[in-house]
Amino acid sequence: MTIAEKILAKKGGQKVVVPGDVVTVGVDVVVLFDNNFMPSIWRDILKVHDPERIVVTFDHRVPAPNQQAAAAQKTGREFVRRFGIKRFHDVGYGQGISHQLVADHGYALPGSVLVCSDSHTCSAGVFNCLARGVGGPDVMYAVTKGETWFRCGETIRYELAGKLSTAVTAKDAFLQIAGAHGAHATQNVEYGGAGLAGLSINARKTLTTMSAELSAEFATFEPDSVMLDWVRARNPVPFEPVYPDADASYFAVRKVDLGSLEPLVALPDSVVNNSQPVKATAGTRIDQAYIGSCANGTLDDLEIAARVVKGRRVATGTRFIVVPASQTVYRDALRSGAIQTLVDAGATIAPPTCGACGGGHMGVLAPEEVCITSSTRNFKGRMGDPSSKVYMGSPATVAASAVHGVITDPREFLD
Amino acid sequence: MKFQARVWKFGDNINTDLILPVTGFYLTPQEQARLVFKANRPGWVDEVQPGDILIGGRNFGMGSSRPAARSLKNVGLACLVAHSINGLFYRNCINFAFPAIECPGIHEAFEESEIAEVDFDAAAVRNVTRGTTLNGRRTPPNLLELVKAGGIYPLLEKEGLIAPKA
Repeated sequence: MTIAEKILAKKGGQKVVVPGDVVTVGVDVVVLFDNNFMPSIWRDILKVHDPERIVVTFDHRVPAPNQQAAAAQKTGREFVRRFGIKRFHDVGYGQGISHQLVADHGYALPGSVLVCSDSHTCSAGVFNCLARGVGGPDVMYAVTKGETWFRCGETIRYELAGKLSTAVTAKDAFLQIAGAHGAHATQNVEYGGAGLAGLSINARKTLTTMSAELSAEFATFEPDSVMLDWVRARNPVPFEPVYPDADASYFAVRKVDLGSLEPLVALPDSVVNNSQPVKATAGTRIDQAYIGSCANGTLDDLEIAARVVKGRRVATGTRFIVVPASQTVYRDALRSGAIQTLVDAGATIAPPTCGACGGGHMGVLAPEEVCITSSTRNFKGRMGDPSSKVYMGSPATVAASAVHGVITDPREFLD
Repeated sequence: MKFQARVWKFGDNINTDLILPVTGFYLTPQEQARLVFKANRPGWVDEVQPGDILIGGRNFGMGSSRPAARSLKNVGLACLVAHSINGLFYRNCINFAFPAIECPGIHEAFEESEIAEVDFDAAAVRNVTRGTTLNGRRTPPNLLELVKAGGIYPLLEKEGLIAPKA
């Protein structure tokens, strides 16, 4: 069995799980966020299965940009109080995007099951956790009954080899996969191979988070000591990592040579089947450059952006918005000097939030505006007006583009 | 569950931002339904009739977890039949009791405005206009039951786990 099949079998109390099976599993962690508490979706919960399994965070629109958001967060605080939820991330010290907080605090244990009604929940697959974005009602179900159902799909294995070159990041590796292979709807994605050794947890997390854009059911990484040490340093609870069987059956096994990759950009309106070498779009004028989101708001991302803009200034007429994915990342980037460098160059630092990635606030686009983003989606109207255009690239490419005010190959600054 | 009505056709990779744009997040579900396909097919919500059937291409409903399936239901559609349905969107179809079937080849089997007859339990889709039938993937029994029970909210209400709608 593949990693996903093995976790499904273990958590579903079955000996074997094969593609096509629908399995009911116990849920180890349920993550709620501010949108769950909006009146159009929230229903008062009368009974909770286990408050210890619940995490509550406000991330999509924080601090509240309007009265409706404020009201939803108030409802969330009342829920936290009523059921004594300990793992609560309000605006302030522990603030952050849910998927980043899962990484910061080791909430996702290897071999466990985590659900959240944000589509990028597969992010936690970096920790060998079976994590899936579900619907708002699914979250209600998991909170009250402690279980959910999953449909098992075929698994595609990506064997990573080699090492990324200086100006190339995991975002480019993702855009390579998304460009070459398109959607992986109803399929699981499993990452492994010798290339893991050269990828930080933050870089790997970009791959699992962006796997939502492949429409994958689950994205999982094979465990290694770097990941296991990361989790143990943050969560004392024991766990059992899950490795794929030697005779696991894959729909396909595809090699990715990280060393051969170059910076890529996804053109507007679709993440998949839409990647081009950055030089194909170089020179395209931009109004905004955006670094942030659950995919690319980590310390690695802020630091590579800082290296690009160090001693330079953002082009006149271009807005450069940088959003650390959590207060932990923000504090680390303050200590490392990355924030200082970015602000000196003319970047605007926004508080940790999903913000403009979902068109919510903190950098929403006007009609006809052009943005290059390192966030998660470039769909029509995703970051603002439907006539705006969103290109997607790595944080290095976004920062290089901010300097010139046009889409720019980051190798100009980093090689 | 059986439905017979004319079909509306949409293509591959229809995403949830098109079905429920972010501008509708704080509106009521009924108001949200007015925004369906506003960006890619303005005016469609005024043409669709209660009971009509939606035909989709590949990976229908890709994107976010927002309750976009509920908007399709509230716009009056009887059901969705698509070549393939995004896994997260499919969950929300079940959650909100909006019947949805994956039926490979369906997009080529219909022209817009032709009449479809959909047998949801058997996952059979007949083009009444042409007299042809395609068989899709059957909904697993436990999920079929959930759809027939009205989705997750009525179930949790019945079990006393959530409060009735205020």
